[in-house]
Amino acid sequence: MAEEKKLKLSNTVLPSESMKVVAESMGIAQIQEETCQLLTDEVSYRIKEIAQDALKFMHMGKRQKLTTSDIDYALKLKNVEPLYGFHAQEFIPFRFASGGGRELYFYEEKEVDLSDIINTPLPRVPLDVCLKAHWLSIEGCQPAIPENPPPAPKEQQKAEATEPLKSAKPGQEEDGPLKGKGQGATQADGKGKEKKAPPLLEGAPLRLKPRSIHELSVEQQLYYKEITEACVGSCEAKRAEALQSIATDPGLYQMLPRFSTFISEGVRVNVVQNNLALLIYLMRMVKALMDNPTLYLEKYVHELIPAVMTCIVSRQLCLRPDVDNHWALRDFAARLVAQICKHFSTTTNNIQSRITKTFTKSWVDEKTPWTTRYGSIAGLAELGHDVIKTLILPRLQQEGERIRSVLDGPVLSNIDRIGADHVQSLLLKHCAPVLAKLRLPPDNQDAYRAEFGSLGPLLCSHVVKARAQAALQAQQVNRTTLTITQPRPTLTLSQAPQPGPRTPGLLKVPGSIALPVQTLVSARAAAPPQPSPPPTKFIVMSSSSSASSTQQVLSLSTSAPGSGSTTTSPVTTTVPSVQPIVKLVSTATTAPPSTAPSGPGSVQKYIVVSLPPTGEGKGGPTSHPSPAPPTSSSPSPLGGSALCGGKQEAGDSPPPAPGTPKANGSQPPSSGSPQPAP
Amino acid sequence: GSVAVEDQPDVSAVLSAYNQQGDPTMYEEYYSGLKHFIECSLDCHRAELSQLFYPLFVHMYLELVYNQHENEAKSFFEKFHGDQECYYQDDLRVLSSLTKKEHMKGNETMLDFRTSKFVLRISRDSYQLLKRHLQEKQNNQIWNIVQEHLYIDIFDGMPRSKQQIDAMVGSLAGEAKREANKSKVFFGLLKEPEIEVPLDDEDEEGENEEGKPKKKKPKKDSIGSKSKKQDPNAPPQNRIPLPELKDSDKLDKIMNMKETTKRVRLGPDCLPSICFYTFLNAYQGLTAVDVTDDSSLIAGGFADSTVRVWSVTPKKLRSVKQASDLSLIDKESDDVLERIMDEKTASELKILYGHSGPVYGASFSPDRLWATDHYQPLRIFAGHLADVNCTRFHPNSNYVATGSADRTVRLWDVLNGNCVRIFTGHKGPIHSLTFSPNGRFLATGATDGRVLLWDIGHGLMVGELKGHTDTVCSLRFSRDGEILASGSMDNTVRLWDAVKAFEDLETDDFTTATGHINLPENSQELLLGTYMTKSTPVVHLHFTRRNLVLAAGAYSPQ
Repeated sequence: MAEEKKLKLSNTVLPSESMKVVAESMGIAQIQEETCQLLTDEVSYRIKEIAQDALKFMHMGKRQKLTTSDIDYALKLKNVEPLYGFHAQEFIPFRFASGGGRELYFYEEKEVDLSDIINTPLPRVPLDVCLKAHWLSIEGCQPAIPENPPPAPKEQQKAEATEPLKSAKPGQEEDGPLKGKGQGATQADGKGKEKKAPPLLEGAPLRLKPRSIHELSVEQQLYYKEITEACVGSCEAKRAEALQSIATDPGLYQMLPRFSTFISEGVRVNVVQNNLALLIYLMRMVKALMDNPTLYLEKYVHELIPAVMTCIVSRQLCLRPDVDNHWALRDFAARLVAQICKHFSTTTNNIQSRITKTFTKSWVDEKTPWTTRYGSIAGLAELGHDVIKTLILPRLQQEGERIRSVLDGPVLSNIDRIGADHVQSLLLKHCAPVLAKLRLPPDNQDAYRAEFGSLGPLLCSHVVKARAQAALQAQQVNRTTLTITQPRPTLTLSQAPQPGPRTPGLLKVPGSIALPVQTLVSARAAAPPQPSPPPTKFIVMSSSSSASSTQQVLSLSTSAPGSGSTTTSPVTTTVPSVQPIVKLVSTATTAPPSTAPSGPGSVQKYIVVSLPPTGEGKGGPTSHPSPAPPTSSSPSPLGGSALCGGKQEAGDSPPPAPGTPKANGSQPPSSGSPQPAP
Repeated sequence: GSVAVEDQPDVSAVLSAYNQQGDPTMYEEYYSGLKHFIECSLDCHRAELSQLFYPLFVHMYLELVYNQHENEAKSFFEKFHGDQECYYQDDLRVLSSLTKKEHMKGNETMLDFRTSKFVLRISRDSYQLLKRHLQEKQNNQIWNIVQEHLYIDIFDGMPRSKQQIDAMVGSLAGEAKREANKSKVFFGLLKEPEIEVPLDDEDEEGENEEGKPKKKKPKKDSIGSKSKKQDPNAPPQNRIPLPELKDSDKLDKIMNMKETTKRVRLGPDCLPSICFYTFLNAYQGLTAVDVTDDSSLIAGGFADSTVRVWSVTPKKLRSVKQASDLSLIDKESDDVLERIMDEKTASELKILYGHSGPVYGASFSPDRLWATDHYQPLRIFAGHLADVNCTRFHPNSNYVATGSADRTVRLWDVLNGNCVRIFTGHKGPIHSLTFSPNGRFLATGATDGRVLLWDIGHGLMVGELKGHTDTVCSLRFSRDGEILASGSMDNTVRLWDAVKAFEDLETDDFTTATGHINLPENSQELLLGTYMTKSTPVVHLHFTRRNLVLAAGAYSPQ
């Protein structure tokens, strides 16, 4: 009888000192030990009784968490007045502390400054209860829509990738075609899910399976075709929708090998053809794949890394290196590589160290052209402050000399000049924040010159700027937040979707139950409606440049001044990079965008109000370089950068598409929707 | 051979029954002596006699507490509580906190234990063995408890196996007595209301009944054999007086018939689609959900005392116009019903206020539940030992089933208030139950995550569906009874093959007579599908008239 399970029950009682403490707080100083003992027994029993009753209320309330209101009801049941003032919905307000051999649970009451409360904006009104319908199952198959859990969670994808061959699941194969109405991607669910995975042979060697390419169902083939065409096609709105789908849809793992090949082959072909636009689109696909939390990408990293690396360090990426903005692509791809390192680098595969070596090697080489040089430095710089400190700073002097010799020397090649100029601003951009942290405030031009050579003076002024910026932002955190929470008539605020399970709040109840909708595309249409402003102008509201914080996008639906003029010709060489004017939302202060992050947690938001050309864009720390023509904010470059907003992490805005519609022949007037329209 | 008297002893008698005590220090010895004896007995008897452990343990502990031997009680508990079956854990927890005589007065669980006798079913052989042992050893203390506080239901024949016993035990007060499930239950369905009888002949014409306000029998009826003949198991038509159908009821019936003709035939190869209604931003407040029979409205009951009603069809919810406006309406017009509605109030959602505490049940009244015009309860069904968590009317309206925290399911006769069935076997409080459409079977779900199937006519457990890992909150049969859908706190909806579960039930005379059951271990075969939600416990399930499943629950972020 006893063999099933040993119970662990102990009759815990409150310590009798507690009674003493309570008595003392009531003003009873002397209390007998015996009385304490009696009291503590009684109180412990009553508390347990109430807790047991409260549990009943929890069960009846169909909840898995006990709430304070349950305890209130239990008290009422006993004709005891409930405790007022405890209305913690989600957490138990007691804190635990221990020390000196004593353990204590206390109710944390912080001292609050009343003026702080008055001055902070009102929190948003909690959303009202609403009802949302989705298909949990269609004739026995669970559709792979965001509302349902991923059909094959990452663990399962991993298990399938590494276990000895077992993926031929006869049961599922039968299910698929039979219930072909559902998506093929859902084969692994429903009945299939319930079937226990075949037991692993004990001691059987665990090996990576050869990548098997799944047979795709008709729907999947259709989806794959649509998505890839949209990703590299001419319609920016479609592309945004496709990328959004790649980044969020849970049922894509079966198509992953194909996507991976598509990207790597695409890069191979387009690098040769110098098709900058397509390369950018492909990199954005990589980014979207990386953003999809349901995909197990490890198996495909080896195919993706070379493609991404190519886009960073290739000697030539575009047809006209003097005008096209391939630098942005290099920046974007460098951020991607950094992200890959962060996610996938382990002590076994050593991705990060191998990548670092590659970059360093090509940078050190004297014969490396400026484009590759730029890519190598960008790639290294994105790997973090430590890498900058150990690998870039020591070479500043040497690199500075090289740059000076090109910039100051006789004009041998215009292209070299542009390259050197870009490398210089890149170095300044990345090194200044690091130096601002490493060195103590008195910034002396001479000291900098002594240490860093010809780049010294410029570096010095950038460090000063960086310090000022950091201080300014630290001050204004509160006020910027204020502006964001207050609705403005012309601004639409859309929260970037979280990668985790979504809690959409704006969803509507469908009018009626029609036939099940079975394509992925229409399933996604159930996603929360997102604002889709007219394609005029964007205010990118980004959080601080710390890569972990989320970003919010503000779309402004007013038309931009000067957007009517249609000068689409690229800028001349005198404006190699443009510094966007970035406004802190609350103030009218113009501030450069890439300032030192003031800390990982804080969210500073600023708005890119316009992208005017700046005469002395040289050396300006720019996070969004774009070859915008002087008189017009041409839609095409904007289209690229604004589209990133929906999902990008801060500072990860993809490079703007090249500003030459003619070059790719496909650049439409950019559509403004950062999210797919509902 | 009946040992104890049938009557329920009154409370004071039971309290004082603990007065005659033995030597408190000897209790542990008595108990371990018996334990030794039982563990050394033959296998066939051991399983049966092991049932004694738990009630004896509880009563001996309570005796010690009652007689204020606090320390002995504690040590007794410490020593033996680990021997008890794990499904008694919740009760043991209550017991462990109870250490003083004063505590016993207000404690419901223990009061239940003392006022109602714990029922054990034991074969005559095993019982004789026990009796002989206790008399030989002069173990009067235990013998007294057996006689005073236990009801031993003795049967002739083979002792039951451990498996058979385990299937049936687990409730707060032991198993049901055999005779408790012997009375006849009219589980058959009633004939459809009389108005349709004269129209039955027109069944053949079938399709062209459009617009005629009359009834047609559903053609498709598999299990729910509502044939024109009276079901032999059905209660007399007028056993419970039923109200006349109103025009609106008839209209609804006609709608029902029409929908029925479009119903999807379900089976293992044709699973229903499930549409999930997620309540968002409910902040843990959703407590109950119901859907109207015609699936047009969905109502949620909330902890903040509101009931919210949503329309899930394009038809919005409207209120009737103000009296002043109503007087302007031409009462002769054909669309008078449409005209009295105020378009301005149309919305998808209406909120009903009125309660002053959490709403724990939401139910749209079905067409046959009659409203009472009395303030007093019409019937009080007394018998459960703890809170009743769920109730449901039998399809023929003559019975009502209740599921309780005392881990029993009871079936009550509405006519006289008698308890006609007691089903034991769940190991946790029962939170959901549903009748099969033909009225023969009952499915119940409990916090132990199991779904049990019962044959009402024979009063037997006929199936056990294992799979859920948390409380089963909702259960529903498909309209024709082919599929059983269960929804649980473990965030899944599961579909079970009900036809297979109920087919070839071997209810031979012996099983019927003794109530000894042998459950097939076929949960995995019966499970047709499992559908995970992201993080939404499934609070309610509903089959539309066309056999589409509607499920509902509140999203609860982890």
